[in-house]
Parts: sequence; structure tokens; C-alpha cells
Amino acid sequence: MPKVAYYPGCSGQGTSLEYERSTRAVCQAVGLELVDVPDWSCCGSSPAHMVNHVLSAALSARNLDLAHSLGMEVVATPCPSCLTNLRNAAVEMEDEGFRSKVNALLDRPYTGAVDPQSVLQVLVEQVGVDEVARRVTKPLTGLRVACYYGCIMNRPPERMRFDDHENPMAMDRLMEAIGLEVAPFPLKVECCGASFGVPRGDIVMRLSGKLLDAARGLGVDAMVTACPLCQMNLDLRQRQINAALHERFRIPVFYYTQLLGLALDVPRQELGLDRLCVDPRLALGKIKAPAPVQ
Amino acid sequence: MRIGVFICHCGSNIAGTVDVRAVAQAAKGFADVVYASDTMYACSEPGQEGIIQAVREHNLDGVVVASCTPRMHEPTFRRTVERAGLNRYCFEMANIREHVSWIGKDTERNTIKATELVRMAVEKLRRNRPLTPKRFDVTKRVLVVGGGVAGIQAALDCAEGGQEVVLVEREQSIGGKMAKLDKTFPTIDCSSCVLGPKMVDVAQHPKITLHTMAEVESVSGYVGNFQVTIRKKARFVDWEKCTGCGLCMEKCPSRKAPDPFNEYLCTAPTINIPFPQAIPKKAAINPETCIMKQKGKCGLCAKICPVKCIDFDQQDELVTVDVGAIVVATGYDLFDWHKYPQYGQGRYPDVITSLQYERLLSASGPTGGHIKRPSDGKEPKTVVFIQCVGSRDRSVDRPYCSGFCCMYTAKQAILTKDHIPDSQSYVFYMDIRSPGKAYDEFTRRAMEEYGAQYVRGRVAMIYPKGDQLIVRGADTLAGTQVEVAADLVVLAVGVEAARGAAVLGEKLRVVPDQYGFFVESHPKLRPVETNTAGVFLAGACQGPKDIPASVAQGSAAAAKVLALLVKDQLESDPQVSRVTPARCVGCGKCVQTCPFGAIKLVEDRFGNPKAEVVETVCQGCGICTVTCPQGAIQLEHFTDNQILAEVQALCPPRIRVNYAS
Repeated sequence: MPKVAYYPGCSGQGTSLEYERSTRAVCQAVGLELVDVPDWSCCGSSPAHMVNHVLSAALSARNLDLAHSLGMEVVATPCPSCLTNLRNAAVEMEDEGFRSKVNALLDRPYTGAVDPQSVLQVLVEQVGVDEVARRVTKPLTGLRVACYYGCIMNRPPERMRFDDHENPMAMDRLMEAIGLEVAPFPLKVECCGASFGVPRGDIVMRLSGKLLDAARGLGVDAMVTACPLCQMNLDLRQRQINAALHERFRIPVFYYTQLLGLALDVPRQELGLDRLCVDPRLALGKIKAPAPVQ
Repeated sequence: MRIGVFICHCGSNIAGTVDVRAVAQAAKGFADVVYASDTMYACSEPGQEGIIQAVREHNLDGVVVASCTPRMHEPTFRRTVERAGLNRYCFEMANIREHVSWIGKDTERNTIKATELVRMAVEKLRRNRPLTPKRFDVTKRVLVVGGGVAGIQAALDCAEGGQEVVLVEREQSIGGKMAKLDKTFPTIDCSSCVLGPKMVDVAQHPKITLHTMAEVESVSGYVGNFQVTIRKKARFVDWEKCTGCGLCMEKCPSRKAPDPFNEYLCTAPTINIPFPQAIPKKAAINPETCIMKQKGKCGLCAKICPVKCIDFDQQDELVTVDVGAIVVATGYDLFDWHKYPQYGQGRYPDVITSLQYERLLSASGPTGGHIKRPSDGKEPKTVVFIQCVGSRDRSVDRPYCSGFCCMYTAKQAILTKDHIPDSQSYVFYMDIRSPGKAYDEFTRRAMEEYGAQYVRGRVAMIYPKGDQLIVRGADTLAGTQVEVAADLVVLAVGVEAARGAAVLGEKLRVVPDQYGFFVESHPKLRPVETNTAGVFLAGACQGPKDIPASVAQGSAAAAKVLALLVKDQLESDPQVSRVTPARCVGCGKCVQTCPFGAIKLVEDRFGNPKAEVVETVCQGCGICTVTCPQGAIQLEHFTDNQILAEVQALCPPRIRVNYAS
């Protein structure tokens, strides 16, 4: 059974509780053991890395060190933003000078070589799409979705080294494996506006509105994401977008783990579908009951 | 020996960082040197006269010139000493420009190095002996490889000059890339109308033998005496009989053969003549899609053919020809734009290459000259052209400018407006490069008279929306992002070395540069020669070129060939290997290692095997000299003794006497 260290990240404790819970439930269902990084702390995201790269890297390095103390080679995180910070710290600390600056801030210098990966990458590479497909008990046939990866999970390509950075297919393959019809979504890696939601809401309205518009143009029933911030912009702010752009979008935005959970028949309460802002029931109603097994 | 040494200033090129007077002064002290001086430009007329005068006045029998690389001026100075009455091999050159003054700034150390190089040259010259070249007959026939416009021009000019020409073309018809074009810039004249008659001339010229669907298999020999083997691929049609009537094409039931002539926009019948003006106008069968070749039944073409020319059992055929010179005109291929992920990597059928667009514009193309986009056959109203796709971009290892894309994009924008008057073209460009005659006026016309919108910036992404393509890019002049909703996107793909160029280059001993284009002998003064004597370049195989430049080079290469073949005999280079029979034990190792087959074993009068060098075949590479266990084979003008003398001049042996022991 594959086993990796697991770094949940802060949004999993709040805005994306359903992502966090469904991730754990799905990994259990496909036989991927997640070992929590003990006493984990902030990854050094936006506030820290905007101000001080060494501080930001030190925050990540502390968590990498804790993962290293578990004896793990890979630490998985569901959040692309955490992934970016952990990966940046891991790569930049290969430089001797930078490493010593970071280690000066830490109680215990980081000496390991833990590789941070997204949960999506671990699922695809260590569990495998075929294995996931084999474990599906309730295929989600009849539902057409667009997979949206967000801008940072695959970029910069030479640093993230996972999937195609212009046209990633990992999530598409997983969603096809559980019976979904996946539309070729051309804006898979476009920016949703990210954290501009607070200072410049108009930017998020425009950028996320464009994503919803493209998805609607493809005739999808729902969008699928792998990023708490993307999901929040597309789902929580969908009403604001409608108001700002005079639109009438009603596109539910799932985490890919929620749909995996449905297909793997994970208990509903683990999936947190009730936490979605745009009501997913209409879309989920389109799922055809599987033909009775003869 | 009485040696004269001449140190060249080369203006300030050498004298700027080398004390040439000091070098000349030092040279006066070298063994056998009776005269040494510095001279402003040794290669100029007064410079050469000065050398001749010194030879006469001081009764010299050997000359050293310390100046630039022997690549350029060794032949010049050899002629000079010959005019002074010396043997041309009683001359040595020391390169104190490329090897000294251009690469070091320290005058003192440069002067020391220059002095040492001169000392080496003097020591070698002391051991030189007069050499006399042999003469051999020249084969009066030329091979032209590649039947694009450059090769056609070279072939026609050589044939008009009275020489026999063998033209080899890989594809089924000659014409190359130009035959695929609709119109040509800057005159908008019909490409096939100007090229067609030249193709017919090739077919009809009594001096030209044409082999299409053929490739050069192997080449041996040397200037004036090449032996070339040509592989004529099986076409499964007897071209002696085929009349090109086209009946078989109409009846062939397998119509899904790839159509490279139409840039794969459509498919072709399995038995096919690629286009109406094809030369030779003969049908050929694609064995990959032929039902008869794949499944063993059908044979409809054989039944229908009025002259019974179908031959399903035809095999490849090897033809050998002797030629005196070779012109390489293998052209170019297009950059594979799929390397750019941002253009969709083939996911969007309405993103096409500029050459595909030419086929859409052409009256003999798959749409009969009506612009219809590939996805749904609709007429596009908004066409976006993206320039520099695979040009001037280090990220895809194509830092060079392909040269003609700015021009053909302007032409295509003009033609788009001509075909669809209510259309709008957008051109994303980096810079407009149109330095030819009437070229800049032409691009201006595309903008001003035909209303093409030129946007200076790169395109970041193309994505579909509805049945259109959104092209997102930067407008670097306005400093904004722009998005254009396009019906069709045309990529101005850049130029790459032709596929197979590297393999051919190896056979011909022509060196490719780091991007695969063949390297000319001198970038300015020997643009169509190569460093292999008798092999010439024409057209885009040497670097990106438009039609006028390719034609000019075709003619230039032909002029070089004619100047070579007008001679009945050539002089062979006497810098060849020579066997000392007394030392040779007849082991035959040299025979095995010689890459040119220039050494054979003969018996001496006692019946002992001895190596013998065929002087006209030997290329003077020296491999045999290092192979010979007996030191019995020596390369004339580069003997072991001469090279050792140079080494000793550089690192004189020190005699150490140790009295303590």
C-alpha cells in the first residue's frame, strides 16, 4: 500500500473543509495511506513570501523537516498554493548559500530531501488511474464536466515537473475513469484572479467570469477543481460575478475529490456537498443509475 | 636553405597587439633565415611584390609569411612564391592573427607567442621539399541533388553551359516548395506560372537526366572524379510507358493516401500524380495504402491502364553515375510548430501553417482556390497571422531569422482580402524585416491598401470559443493585452534544415552548422563553395532564403561548376601519402584503415607484398601514417620529421647535466 506524508494546509481547516475531508476519505478508499505531518504550521504562503523569501522558505522547511522525521520521501498536499511554497523551498534550498540562510532561522536545520507533490499527482502516479477505475462502485455516467487545474499546479513547468503545463490531463483522466464525460476545457490553466478577490474584486469578476463563460459554452453540468482558492472564486463568488457581469451562471464547482468520493461510494457526510454555494443537486440528479448487474 | 620571413601588420589587426618589428627582428636570428621584415598588408599587391623582390635580391629559396589563417591566403602566397620562381610548397604560413592578435590583448605575451609560431614555421620550412602535382582527367558531368527552384536553376544553367546534368529529387515531382505556393511576393505573380516552364525545360533538355523518387545512396571519389550511386525507389509504375493520362487516379478505390503535396490538408488516391504541372507527369503507387500491395487483390489500375504500365513487383533500383562536380540544393523543411504548447498542439483544426494556407489559396489546391477553413468548410472572415513561429526564439533553439516569413505573411494578408473582400486580417509580428528590392513597399501596401491590422507582440495562447478561436497576445506598442476572435489562425512557421540533410552531408563530406544548414567555404567570398572541392551549395540548404536568392545561388553554383568542368584536366594535390618500400612489411593495415580506398597491396620484384598509394585518390588525411607500425608511410609536406621539428621549435629540449650524481 503506497504511503506518503500528508500536509493539509490552512484552507483545509476553514474555507475548504470539504476538500480536506473528501481527500482523506478518497485516499483511504483507494488504499493510499496519508501520514499527517505532526505539529504542522503555515507553509509560508502569500503574506510571508511577499515580504521575505527566506522567512517563507523557513516556514516551509520546518514542515519539510517534520515530514522528513517521519521517514517519508514524498509529502502530499491538496492545496496548489502550499505545493508551490513547499516545492520552491525544497528546490531553492539545494543552493548552499540559500540553505544556510534558511537554516539560520530554524531550531533544527533541514537536511532532508523530501519531495512535495500534489495529492492529485500521488493519486495518478502512485495509485494509478486504472486502480481508481477498478475500485469505482457507482460510476457517474451522464454528467458532463470541465476540469479546471488553476494556474500554479503545473507551473513553472521546470519546477513543478508534473503533467503538461499548457494542457494538463491528469484530472481529466481521473474523471473519465469514474464515468464522467469530460469536455475539452481550453482555459484549464488560466488565472481565476486568485487572492485579488479582496483588494480588486473586479479582476476576479472578469477572470473567473471568463472561466464560467467558457465552461458554459461547452455545455457542461459542473466544473471540477483541485484548488481551494479557485473553487472559492468560482463557487462562493459566482453570485457576485453574476451581479457584476449581468450573467446568470449556475454552474456547481466541485473538488475533484468530492466526485471521486461519490463514485467510490464514500459516506456522504465525508464529502461535504452541502458546503457548496451553488446547489449541486440539479447536476447530481443527471447521474444515471448504473445498469443492474446481470 | 635561405629563408625570408615576412611579418604582416594587417593594418592594426595584428600590429595593434603584436610588436611586429620585434618579431621580425627575432626571426633574423633563426636558423637559415637570411632576411626578415615587417609589411603593412602582405596580401596586397605591393606586399606580394615586396616578397618577390626580396626572393630575387636575397636569393631566397623558402618564404614564411606570418599573417592570417591559411584558409584564406595560403593559395595567394603560394602563387606569389611561384611567381618569384620558387616551388609553391617551399612556403609556410604562421597564423598570428586568429591565433594571436585577435584573441589576446597583452602585447608583450602576444609578441612572444607570435615569435614562437614563426620559429615553428621556419623549422618546418627547413624540412620542406619541392612537390609537383599530378594531372588527371575530369569527368564532364554534374550531379544536382534536389529539384527545387535552386536545383532547377543550377541544372538548367549547367546544361545550357554544355555540361551533362544528372538531377536527383526525393519527391515524385520536381518543383520543391515553390511548386506548392499560390502567388509570390512582391509581385503577386502566379508561382506555378513562373516555375512551370522551367520545370518543363528540365524535362525536355537533352543534357539533363532526371531521377525523381530517388536519393543519393553513396558517394566516393574526389573533385573531377566522383562516383555516385542513386537509389530510385520503387514506384510500381513503368515510367517508360506511363503517359500521365490519370485514368488510374480516377478509378483507384483506395483514396486515403496521405497527400504531402497538399500539406496533408486532404487525402489522395493511392495511385497518384501529385499536381497537374508535375514533372515528370507520371503516376506512382503508395504501397502503404495500396489494396493490392497490402491484401493482394484489387489491381483495378492495372486493368484500366491503357498502356499496361502498372508493375506491382517493381523493386528499388540502383543507378551509378560518374560526375566531376556536385551541387547540393536540398532546400529546407518547416519548423514543427507543435513544439509550442500555446498554439494548441494540433487540437484545433483551424490553426494551420502558412504553407497549408498557400494550398488553400491555390487554384490547384484541395479547395480549388477558395479559402475554406478545415473544421467546417466555412469561409473565414477574420484571419489571424502569427509571425516568428520557430524563428528568433531561443527557447526552441531557433535563434535565427527565417528571413522570408514577414514577406509571405504580408502577401497572404493581401491575398486574403482579394479572395474575401469583407475579411479582416490581423498580423502579430515582432519586427517587420523586409530589406529586399520593393519589399518594404509591399508590406506597407498590406497595411495601408489592404487594411491588415499589424499588432506588434507575441501570442500567448489560442483557445476555442464557440466556433471561433480566441487569439490572446500582447500589443507591445499600446502596452495592452489584445484578444482577437478569429475564424482561422495561420502560423508563419520558420525554416529548418531539411530532414535527411545530416545524412547526405556525411556522404558528401559537407559539414552542417549547429542548426543543420550546410556550411559554405567562406561566408562572404566563397558563398556557394564547400570545404570539399567539387561540391557546391545552392539555395536554402545553406540557410533560409527566398526565391530570388535561391535562384541567384543556383546560377552562382552553376557558374562555379562550369568554371571547373571547362578544364580537361585538374591538378591533384601532392600532399599525399608516400610509401618507403624498404621499410614496408606488407602488413596491409594501411589498406584497411584508408577511408578512401587509396592504398593497394602490390608485389615488388621479389614477390614481397608492399603498400602503394594511388595518388589521385589519396585525400591526405594521414590516417595511414599513424596506423603504419613501421613508420613506412609518410604524408608529404606533413612528415613526422616536419611535425617533430615544429614541436621541438616550440619546446626546445633542455640538456640537463647533473654533476651531483
